[in-house]
Amino acid sequence: MDNVYDVLVLGGGPGGYTAAMYAARSGLRTLVLERLAAGGQMALTHSIDNYPGFDEGVDGFTLGMKMQQGAQRFGAETVYADVQSAELDGTIKVLHTLQGTFYGKTVILATGANPRKLGLDGEEELTGRGVHYCAACDGMFYRGKTVMLVGGGNSAVADALVLARVAKKVILVHRRDTLRASKIYHEPLEKTENIEFRWNSEVVSLLQDQRFEGAVIRNRVTGEEETVSCDALFISIGRQPATELFQGKVALDEAGYIVAGESTKTSIPGVYAVGDVRTKAVRQIVTATADGAVAAHEIEEYLALAVA
Amino acid sequence: MSVRNITKENFEADVLNADKVVLLDFFATWCGPCRMVGPIIDEIAEENGEILVGKVDVDKESELASRFQVYSIPTLVVMKDGKVLTQVTGARSKDQILQLLP
Repeated sequence: MDNVYDVLVLGGGPGGYTAAMYAARSGLRTLVLERLAAGGQMALTHSIDNYPGFDEGVDGFTLGMKMQQGAQRFGAETVYADVQSAELDGTIKVLHTLQGTFYGKTVILATGANPRKLGLDGEEELTGRGVHYCAACDGMFYRGKTVMLVGGGNSAVADALVLARVAKKVILVHRRDTLRASKIYHEPLEKTENIEFRWNSEVVSLLQDQRFEGAVIRNRVTGEEETVSCDALFISIGRQPATELFQGKVALDEAGYIVAGESTKTSIPGVYAVGDVRTKAVRQIVTATADGAVAAHEIEEYLALAVA
Repeated sequence: MSVRNITKENFEADVLNADKVVLLDFFATWCGPCRMVGPIIDEIAEENGEILVGKVDVDKESELASRFQVYSIPTLVVMKDGKVLTQVTGARSKDQILQLLP
């Protein structure tokens, strides 16, 4: 078949485009399918300070475009399409999209992760009308207002600091009695006067009247509930892997990540997983790009053996 | 057709009185998800001459942003005969945006 790619890459973040660059550079016919724009989660990061080679930091959108161009330089192609379903079992893998059906001898799953939701009633319809997942994007609409932030990790604390600069008051709600965020974040947080803490607490329901009006939070130790009026709720409780398409097809762990070791090999021959979507200890841009290089190498071996 | 820059000056003539379906993209230059959607909006404008595609910079057009109660960007609004048919927030794929159109 003429229209069979050597490598189909599902997702155009740093893992996907690094794999595409390595594969294309080795002479493999490579196609990247991307929903939105190059870069993935990275494209949403204003300044990236922990990717080597950029002594003054780099904005994630620009880095994503550069990674895409780097892969295209060696002939990797990109199609902007939402993958609707995947057939991964056969020797030829099939990806169905509204832009057509694509065939590949191998597939790299590089779909990354999305913001985790609280899973409360009304969360979906209030999104964008008081419930938000991107403090850097939407914080400025709450200048001089009172906002609540849920979370306790590094991104939550970074978001709290962003919000504290524009909002009158930030109420930080965290499930535990200490932050999970690295020490480096604690000092600026303690110095910020307009952040109020609700430790050992979780949001149990959302209040609304056309738009978001506040939330009920419960103390996990005392069981006490408190109704807090505020203008917005920012949710920063980590990410969940984008693996819905692969459920029941490729082995996933309990949290939904694709089970794959450093070789990036999944439970299906010819199917690889790179970046945040894979089971791994450190989810960073550098580890995603490293995965991309490894996957391309594994694919070269796989294709060589398939021919032999 | 190329994307039109919508301001409070041309809003009435270009958007409210438009004789075709209008797709508006409320964005800011520094917003990551907006930058991701931007090229898709441009592509939709070029490929769909039968609709008017406009961009509203929320930093410059705060009156329009509050008129549409925009609290999150990107916000996409589909209008016809001066009325809002659909209003959604967040970055979406090209397929999803095309599905918003009547």
